[in-house]
Amino acid sequence: MTQRVAVRKTYKLFIGGVFPRSESGRTYVVTDAQGRFLANAALASRKDARDAVAAARKAFAGWSGTTAYNRGQVLYRVAELLEGRRAQFVEEVAASEGCPPEQARQQVEASIDRWVWYAGWTDKLAQVLGSTNPVAGPYFDFSLPEPTGVVAVLAPEDSSLLGLVSVLAPVLATGATAVVLASPTRPLPAVTLAEVLATSDVPAGVVNVLTGRPAEVAPWLASHLDVNALDLTGASPELAVQLEVAAAQSLKRVRRPGSEDFSADPGLGRMLAVLETKTVWHPIGV
Amino acid sequence: MTVPAREPAGVPVPMNLITGSGPDIDVERITSSPAALRAFLHGLPGVDQVGADARAAALSTRSIKTTAKSAAIDLAISMIDLTTLEGMDTPGKVRAMCAKAARPDPRDAGVPPVAAVCVYSDLVAVAVDALAGSGVRVASVATAFPSGRASLGVKLTDTADAVAAGAGEVDMVIDRGAFLSGRYLDVFDEISAIRTACGPAHLKVILETGELRTYDNVRRASWLAMLAGADFIKTSTGKVSPAATLPVTLVMLQAVRDFRDATGRQVGVKPAGGIRTTKDAIRYLVLVNETVGQDWLDPAWFRLGASSLLNDLLMQRSKLTTGHYSGPDYVTVD
Repeated sequence: MTQRVAVRKTYKLFIGGVFPRSESGRTYVVTDAQGRFLANAALASRKDARDAVAAARKAFAGWSGTTAYNRGQVLYRVAELLEGRRAQFVEEVAASEGCPPEQARQQVEASIDRWVWYAGWTDKLAQVLGSTNPVAGPYFDFSLPEPTGVVAVLAPEDSSLLGLVSVLAPVLATGATAVVLASPTRPLPAVTLAEVLATSDVPAGVVNVLTGRPAEVAPWLASHLDVNALDLTGASPELAVQLEVAAAQSLKRVRRPGSEDFSADPGLGRMLAVLETKTVWHPIGV
Repeated sequence: MTVPAREPAGVPVPMNLITGSGPDIDVERITSSPAALRAFLHGLPGVDQVGADARAAALSTRSIKTTAKSAAIDLAISMIDLTTLEGMDTPGKVRAMCAKAARPDPRDAGVPPVAAVCVYSDLVAVAVDALAGSGVRVASVATAFPSGRASLGVKLTDTADAVAAGAGEVDMVIDRGAFLSGRYLDVFDEISAIRTACGPAHLKVILETGELRTYDNVRRASWLAMLAGADFIKTSTGKVSPAATLPVTLVMLQAVRDFRDATGRQVGVKPAGGIRTTKDAIRYLVLVNETVGQDWLDPAWFRLGASSLLNDLLMQRSKLTTGHYSGPDYVTVD
């Protein structure tokens, strides 16, 4: 009886709704927590980052223009698909993070719950974060939260799925589009999430997933004039400083890295970080 | 190279197209009758379609980087015919485009102006006014652009209007219906008449290659236009898909090269429509360099008909000078 030879997978990037190889043609080996081969992943280059930003920019008008209710439905549908792939995610999280299956299962369930939680926020943001403002004049003055544009996200290195969902879902809930740099050492849950998004109703380009070295790719995203906000959650302290300096050139919104507890109540902070406030003065009583 | 398939009696077949030697082209004799012109055009060597596609594809894999890329971007900018040909064009839009044509990047005086702006004939006067003293030429489409479906009288008036308003270049469309049904002499006579009506203005002849179907037709139409006095041959109106493609431009470049060898007169080439990225533009420059050489790498002899291409060139230029990627928020919306 011959033993079956396992298929060694080489994953690709997720840009503009399709799965291209890295423009550079490079790949790297992804191992599990014990150093055993898991798969090959694409090693993104700066041009992949550029293409991802272009795709995210193209998708922004459509995604931010859909009604908040519809956006919530689309995101909820993603949660349904995640639920269907639970077993695969549990296996990948367990292998990537080297944790027991039971713990991995909890992580995956928390991730799906978090996605649902953020999906529910899409049509409530304006009520909670918007306001009518008392002003000393004959004006009806109100403020509304608006999506900022293209957000570059450095996903946390350790928490391969819950961390990823916790940084990606708030960006999507606000109506912004995302370029995500997955955890360099634990990218497989991000790749699978990309496969889920590709088969969901999320329009092409709204989420773009790059795998590779943050130190190589992130500076190009930070200095890119067409990126509106930068989430540095997954950046090392030295890299974060460098990226923040680069981002200052184009006055990006920057969310600095800090100690994160992804199991805690996320609050509105991550959504606030990528929202603009539009205030309107409307004449009354004339 | 292939020998012409048919060699009709009484018409000198231009063997010198290929070899650069042989009898000169005698336009009067070639156009003495519909049959003679047909015999000449059908006597042109056939285009190896697979070969042309492969050649264009091979050349488009050339990698142009750093200083060469920087030079290519500036050259491409200086070759652009910045175009707006919409029913909703207004004098204001044309003036805005002219300002951009003369000074593509307001923050950087080092960016060369484009070669020309291309507008409908009723907006020529606005463009001429806006570009006075800038060195940017004004081109006008004419002859019932883009379909070309009007009587010769209307086409001549259209052309005369554009020239009278100050257009230095006229982009005419050929009658594709006549060409495809084999009435080559009608097409020839029409181009000749427009040529005369243009007076001192340069005449660009739009072949609308997307409607000509075969590369053989593209070669014949190129020769027909050049024999009739075209200063430029242009691929497309931009209103028909496919517009300019690399293989079609290759065939046209071969035609102008062979025409110069045969007659000594140099004719320019203008691909137009569908050229949107810097990468595309550089591919065309490589094609020119490899097919007809340095002689044509000049705004006087090669143009790129485009509108959104300029923004991409400016963004790429900014990437090269500043070291970081630019975005569409930093160039004009058009």
